[in-house]
Amino acid sequence: MVDLIWLVPALPLAGFIVLIFAGRRIGEPGAGWLATGVMGGSFLATLGVFIDMAGRSSHDRRAVVTLFEWIPAGDLSVDIGFLVDPLSITMCLFITGVGALIHLYSVGYMHGDDGFARFFAYLNLFTFAMLMLVLGDSLLLTFLGWEGVGACSYLLISFWFTEPANATAGKKAFVTNRIGDWGFMVAMFATFFTFGSLDYVDVLDASTAGTVAQGTATLIAVMLLVGAVGKSAQFPLYLWLPDAMAGPTPVSALIHAATMVTSGVYLLTRMNPLIADSAGWVPDLVAWLGVGTALFAATIAMAQTDIKKVLAYSTVSQLGYMFLAVGSGAYVAAVFHMVTHAFFKALLFLGSGSVIHGMDGDQDMRHYGGLRRFMPVTTGTFVVGWLAIAGVPPFSGFWSKDEILAFAWNRSPVLWALGLLTAVLTAFYMTRLIALTFAGEGRYAEQRPGEDDAEAATRRADHTPHESPRTMTAPLVVLAVLAVVAGFVQLPFSSSTGWLEHWLEPSLYANEVHLGTGGATQVLLAAIAVVGGLVGIGVAVAVYMKGRIPREPFEQPILADAWRIDRSVAAFMGGPGRRGFEAANRFDGQVVDGAVYGIAGLVRRLAGVLRMFHNGMVRTYATGIGLGAAALLAWFLTRSTL
Amino acid sequence: MVVTTGWYLALGAALFSMGAVGLLVRRNPLVMFMCVELMLNAVNLTFVSLGAELADLGGQLSVFFVLVVAAAEVVVGLAVIVAIMRRRPGATVDDLSVLGG
Amino acid sequence: MEVAVFTLGAVIVLSGGLGVLLARNPVHAALFLVQTLFGVAVLFVLLEATFLAAVQVMVYAGAIVILFLFVIMLLGVDRADDLGIEPIAGQRPMAAVVGVSLAGLLATVLLVAVDGLTGARGGTPLGDAGDNTRRLGEALFTDMVFAVELTAILLTVAVVGAVALARRLSGPMQPLPVVAIAESDDQPTEADDEPAGATGEDS
Repeated sequence: MVDLIWLVPALPLAGFIVLIFAGRRIGEPGAGWLATGVMGGSFLATLGVFIDMAGRSSHDRRAVVTLFEWIPAGDLSVDIGFLVDPLSITMCLFITGVGALIHLYSVGYMHGDDGFARFFAYLNLFTFAMLMLVLGDSLLLTFLGWEGVGACSYLLISFWFTEPANATAGKKAFVTNRIGDWGFMVAMFATFFTFGSLDYVDVLDASTAGTVAQGTATLIAVMLLVGAVGKSAQFPLYLWLPDAMAGPTPVSALIHAATMVTSGVYLLTRMNPLIADSAGWVPDLVAWLGVGTALFAATIAMAQTDIKKVLAYSTVSQLGYMFLAVGSGAYVAAVFHMVTHAFFKALLFLGSGSVIHGMDGDQDMRHYGGLRRFMPVTTGTFVVGWLAIAGVPPFSGFWSKDEILAFAWNRSPVLWALGLLTAVLTAFYMTRLIALTFAGEGRYAEQRPGEDDAEAATRRADHTPHESPRTMTAPLVVLAVLAVVAGFVQLPFSSSTGWLEHWLEPSLYANEVHLGTGGATQVLLAAIAVVGGLVGIGVAVAVYMKGRIPREPFEQPILADAWRIDRSVAAFMGGPGRRGFEAANRFDGQVVDGAVYGIAGLVRRLAGVLRMFHNGMVRTYATGIGLGAAALLAWFLTRSTL
Repeated sequence: MVVTTGWYLALGAALFSMGAVGLLVRRNPLVMFMCVELMLNAVNLTFVSLGAELADLGGQLSVFFVLVVAAAEVVVGLAVIVAIMRRRPGATVDDLSVLGG
Repeated sequence: MEVAVFTLGAVIVLSGGLGVLLARNPVHAALFLVQTLFGVAVLFVLLEATFLAAVQVMVYAGAIVILFLFVIMLLGVDRADDLGIEPIAGQRPMAAVVGVSLAGLLATVLLVAVDGLTGARGGTPLGDAGDNTRRLGEALFTDMVFAVELTAILLTVAVVGAVALARRLSGPMQPLPVVAIAESDDQPTEADDEPAGATGEDS
């Protein structure tokens, strides 16, 4: 079964190739069903490999399936091969599973769009790239997928490229990711320089054997962290993710919940022996960066009015949790949270997409309210997602978040306190979202600021909120079930219920930290976390549903403006930065181009001289031939023994 | 006095140069073709006389192939001339300089 | 006797060549070409290449020159060329230089070469005058059969090419571009056309 792993990325690739060439002919909805079908097939293939692997003993659960040699260049030899181990299979399971559901959802969501087939082609290509990222058996193959998802996210974020804002958002995502890619590339160079190979098996085994100098390992780990920060939208490279909400909502669910943004966490987890070998401050850096980002993004999410922006900052915040877990040495918890987050955040994104669909493209939560009456399925599933992310037991988010917090406590109580504060804020802003969207009275018909009576009347007459079609609600239901039960793969009660931990063991090289705290402390920590979550929910209910507390103190303008960071960066780039760019441009225009044009001009003048010989007159050419023949004869004569 | 191979070779050289000069000074494409034929005949003469000098049949065999190639060349060349003359009656080769740089 | 025949042949050849070079009328040039070809045939006989002499007369003088004449008549280009003018500056002196140097150098090279021939003598036996044709045929259809087949293909391609080139296309024929002519002398018709075209664009 393991040998069939190539099917997993090959199916989406085949889907992409068919759709990009024949998509228009297949049309709607055939293209969507085809794309969904290949994703389903890919999921089944992954499932088969998973079942095969699950039956093996722990040291047997790593296999490299090499397809062919890709780059044979001197010492560097890169194969197209797949590293099949618990980590990559876990990633593949939720990438293909959640991906298939999102494809199915998109069939309904993208209904009637001009670029229907193109959308599914991009989706398939994106999934292919993501699967290459996690399955690649070397850093270079991962980098191929890494760049692939970057390119596809550009294509998908700016999918409706006729709107300048969307195109700009795509470019922003691309450029910001470049900074991270630089880190990844430097890490790759250093890895090859140190180990003479880019294959994970060689690098990780050598690193586990302890043959790497600490300085080198630190350099590689820090550079990998730079790459991971870019891809996983951590501070300060998170800027692209909120803007990336310009893409269609299924794209947000696929890229920004389940797949691409987790690749940074995946990379750090994959390279855990190097982090273990590096200086002690590297894990601390990861943990503090993660918890800082988590708290920072959570505060911003409190004051957003755009439903997708709330979820976007929430994603940044949850990714911060995963970094906190990695920094705390809790790789299992990181992967665990990655899985549960993939389920509940995809559910929330798709639910928000359903709301936007029902509200005719309106994303402003101030215009929502009372939607529970119109969208029962969406509301029900959304509530499940809300409870999961808010950390209410027994929903999945509780288990994974609790595990991360326990390890954070193990590392440093300060980290734990910040993580707990973030959890409270998360419960608060998610409750706010629920309250504004589904609870209370409907505001969609109210007259809005800056709108006269006639406009409001036409809008009222144009549409009322409605539930989404079944292709959209079915994935919501499935994801809701998963968001409830996903927490049971890793229960903290005893070592025998930590199935995920046992499963992941071969990928972690015994670098997983073991909790030093006793069971009582853990229970206490969990209880505090639950209470904190309930406090957050309670305050939000009091503010937004009961109206007992004014909402203004919570919605500070500076939070709505995302701490003005985006604006400051833009101002800097527009001011001093722009002058720098212009100077570089002048240098390019005058020195670089000057050299190029100078050489070109020289060639041109020389050619002008030669041009005179090419006058189009056959007889002139014949004269040249005659003179040449005479010269040749003369040469023969001088060479002979005359 | 005996006719040596050198005599034939000198004659061939003279005939070849005559053809070359004709090719350079004449402007009528047909006449230029005839000059090419003169040059080919000079070469043929050289082949046969050197073949006789070496008592080898190779010279005559070469002439045979030169003959065939010359025939093919004339056929195609004349077809080109016909095609050109139909579009531009009375053109000389100097008029056909559109490929000049 | 041999010297006399050679001298006669050489005179025929050279005078014919000179005639091709200097004849103003293409028809005359073609007839001079026939004279040269006959002269070469005489020399072939003298060199005991009897088969080639016959082929020379039949193929060259008979077929190729007839083809030339046919094309001259078909196109009606039998008017005399004006040899008095030379559009390309310096072409005549260059032609003289090329001609003289080629003649001198070629003769020298060949005469030097014939004094010290290095080739193996009698590789393929020449045979006497009566045997020549048989030897030639044997060599062509045994040792050289592949080359003969190739020339057959070449001739076929040439015939097909000639038909493709010379056939009359349907529809109006594209006139050839007249860059060189337009540059060399002003044509009043074009000058008249230009203002009309300009006004047409304005309206």
